[in-house]
Amino acid sequence: MSVLLDKARQRQTRITGAVLIALGVLIAVFFAPDAAGSATFRLSRPNDVWPVPNLVVPGGAFIYVVSALLVFLGARQFARGAARWSSLSLGVGLAIAVAAFLVWATVGKSFSLSGMLQASLVRAVPIALGGLAGVLSERVAVVNIGIEGMLLAGAFTGALVGSLAGGVAGLLAAVAVGGVFGFVLAALVVTYRMDQIIAGVFINLFVLGLTSYISSQVFQEYRALNNAPVFRAIEIPFLSDIPVIGPVFFNQNLFVYGAFILAGLATYYLFHTRLGLRARAVGEHPRAADTLGINVYRTRFVNVTVAGMVAGFGGAWFTLGSVGRFDEGMTGGRGFIGLAAMIFGRWHPVGALLAALVFGFADSLQQKLALLRTPIPSEFLAMAPYIATIIVVAGVVGRARAPAADGKPYVKE
Amino acid sequence: MEKAVSGRVIGRTQFEDLVLVPLYAFVAALVLGAVVMFATGVDLATIGQSFVALVRGSVGSLNAVSETLTAAAPLVLAGLGLALGFRAGLFNIGAEGQVIMGGLAAVVAGVALGGMPAIVALPLSILAGALAGALYAGIAGWLRAATGAHEVISTIMLNLISYRLLDYLLRTPLIQKEGRDDPISKSIPEVAELPRLLTFIDVNLRVHAGIFLMLAMVAVAYWLLFRSKLGFEFRASGENAIAARFAGINAGMTIVLAMCVAGALAGLAGANQVLGVLDRATPGFSAGIGFDAIAVALLGRSHPVGVLFAGLLFGALEAGGRQMQVDAGVSIDLIGIIQALIIVFIAAPLLVRALFPWGFRRGPSKKEGS
Repeated sequence: MSVLLDKARQRQTRITGAVLIALGVLIAVFFAPDAAGSATFRLSRPNDVWPVPNLVVPGGAFIYVVSALLVFLGARQFARGAARWSSLSLGVGLAIAVAAFLVWATVGKSFSLSGMLQASLVRAVPIALGGLAGVLSERVAVVNIGIEGMLLAGAFTGALVGSLAGGVAGLLAAVAVGGVFGFVLAALVVTYRMDQIIAGVFINLFVLGLTSYISSQVFQEYRALNNAPVFRAIEIPFLSDIPVIGPVFFNQNLFVYGAFILAGLATYYLFHTRLGLRARAVGEHPRAADTLGINVYRTRFVNVTVAGMVAGFGGAWFTLGSVGRFDEGMTGGRGFIGLAAMIFGRWHPVGALLAALVFGFADSLQQKLALLRTPIPSEFLAMAPYIATIIVVAGVVGRARAPAADGKPYVKE
Repeated sequence: MEKAVSGRVIGRTQFEDLVLVPLYAFVAALVLGAVVMFATGVDLATIGQSFVALVRGSVGSLNAVSETLTAAAPLVLAGLGLALGFRAGLFNIGAEGQVIMGGLAAVVAGVALGGMPAIVALPLSILAGALAGALYAGIAGWLRAATGAHEVISTIMLNLISYRLLDYLLRTPLIQKEGRDDPISKSIPEVAELPRLLTFIDVNLRVHAGIFLMLAMVAVAYWLLFRSKLGFEFRASGENAIAARFAGINAGMTIVLAMCVAGALAGLAGANQVLGVLDRATPGFSAGIGFDAIAVALLGRSHPVGVLFAGLLFGALEAGGRQMQVDAGVSIDLIGIIQALIIVFIAAPLLVRALFPWGFRRGPSKKEGS
């Protein structure tokens, strides 16, 4: 078994190495020729308290350095096989490749780096909260494909209740409805022992059908029901004045702060409390946990319901946190990207948050690049987060370990 | 107590499993659909009217039957692919993307072969669709086999990528209709079209030769799954991957092949749509077929014949749903809710037993082979 695993891992690192080398060559061939001149990155806004000078990067030189580095990392990976630094070199490699891409796209123009980072954080929110919901339910061994549907349910409820009773009520209702779907998922897989993936697919299809139905049956006619207030950014005094990182981290809305706080709370809960230890025991070895007197069914119910509440909160971001209006299928696969973030983050809340930031970066990158008028068609830029997800899931999955009982139903003897 | 179905004697357990559970699931889903309508302010008379429209639009006339068959063909084709995947233990959510790629390839081939006689152009266009679907699904299969990337996530991502790819390709000069700025493909030349079957009765009857493709593929899938070595390997890997590996079955190869076959069938569904119904590809031409097909495959219990009946039922729901929207003004999205509810009741027999205790043997359900 371990020989097989080693072989698979070795093949994986070989593939990683080949990808890095290919990237390096591609960058040198395609980007370097038209990168004469320099790229200007703006790091602060005109009315900042402490303005920071712009970052000016010489295009050609930067791109050649990056491509050389990529080829070096790839060759090292290829030669060494399963090396210890494999994930790190893939991460660094992709990061500098993206930097080279940005420089190439910006040559001769100027680009607001801080604006893009701020947008990255905002766009990471639903992915981070979706990933966190995934962590909470998979730690008790319930695979939650239904996160996409829970996000959508939260978005819908946020818009509907928010329009009727104000933003705070909308947010609470979104959290509650997310919890209801979490509870439904738990009931289906724990009580009725339904296949976990089918149960998740059911939730996705059901929520998509229900919200689309109501939005075309009711919202078309009563537009006032779909016009919720939006939570504005809250500027944290002093901290938001710090150059560059101030506006990025400390001038955001409730949902961004919420995602960070919830990731911290979930880490504390899972790894530093008795209940969290019990939850993880249920995910790793339910029979042993049961023998020790832990109620496996109740633990799963509680954790999956809480996961649903987190996803409901994340869903409210789509309406109450950005546009205030619900559109059919507006979550656009963010719940699934959240699951990829969970895997990338190795089933750890903080890991999922960091992974979500990477996806948020890819998401905002494609949006801002459209403004720079690169020769790359916008459709391909829009694919970037999805391709990144595939690369991550393919590149990391062999090395990250899921909870041992993940996806398996537990039948008490 | 035994009941004879299609010449074979089946046991009571199978009768419950194959007849009672789907029947109750369907009834429960319709009742809950009515509850949803009532909750959104639709009055009782309109609810009654919409169910009448549902029946009238699906089987109430020759045109209704033609619409049902037209809607069923792609669902059965894609559903067969998903069923094969399920049997091999692969949860392929990517049929939607495979339908898109298959449809696009059929458009490209159909347009390119416009000068050929129909006997060459039509089969090659269909084949191009199957091939494109197979290759696109093969990506997910290869990723699973080579790196362990879970197919659920990779196929969903491939779906999302395929939407963007479709938008892009529809604007390229090779595919875009001449003189148009919006993303729309050239029309399929007549030689590559799946001929309509009943135009001699009424020119508006849309049922086309795709239904023969559908029936043929049901037979092929049955043979592949239950009579061929490959199908045995698919089922063995799906039942117990570790045992299959010890029996000498190449796990990676089986995954890739199962995904390719599933993708080929979904690609056929896409080709069927563009060559038989739509006559061109536009953004969103796949219309959620790949997702509805998941429900079809589950409802059909991943058995080719079951998939055929489930596909016909869903085709009827779709044709009836359109009539419902016209007659009663109830949004067709309601059908999506009913379909989701059918899945949940089918997949959780314990839930159905709890709701409808009638007709089941007493006592807890036993999973006995006899």
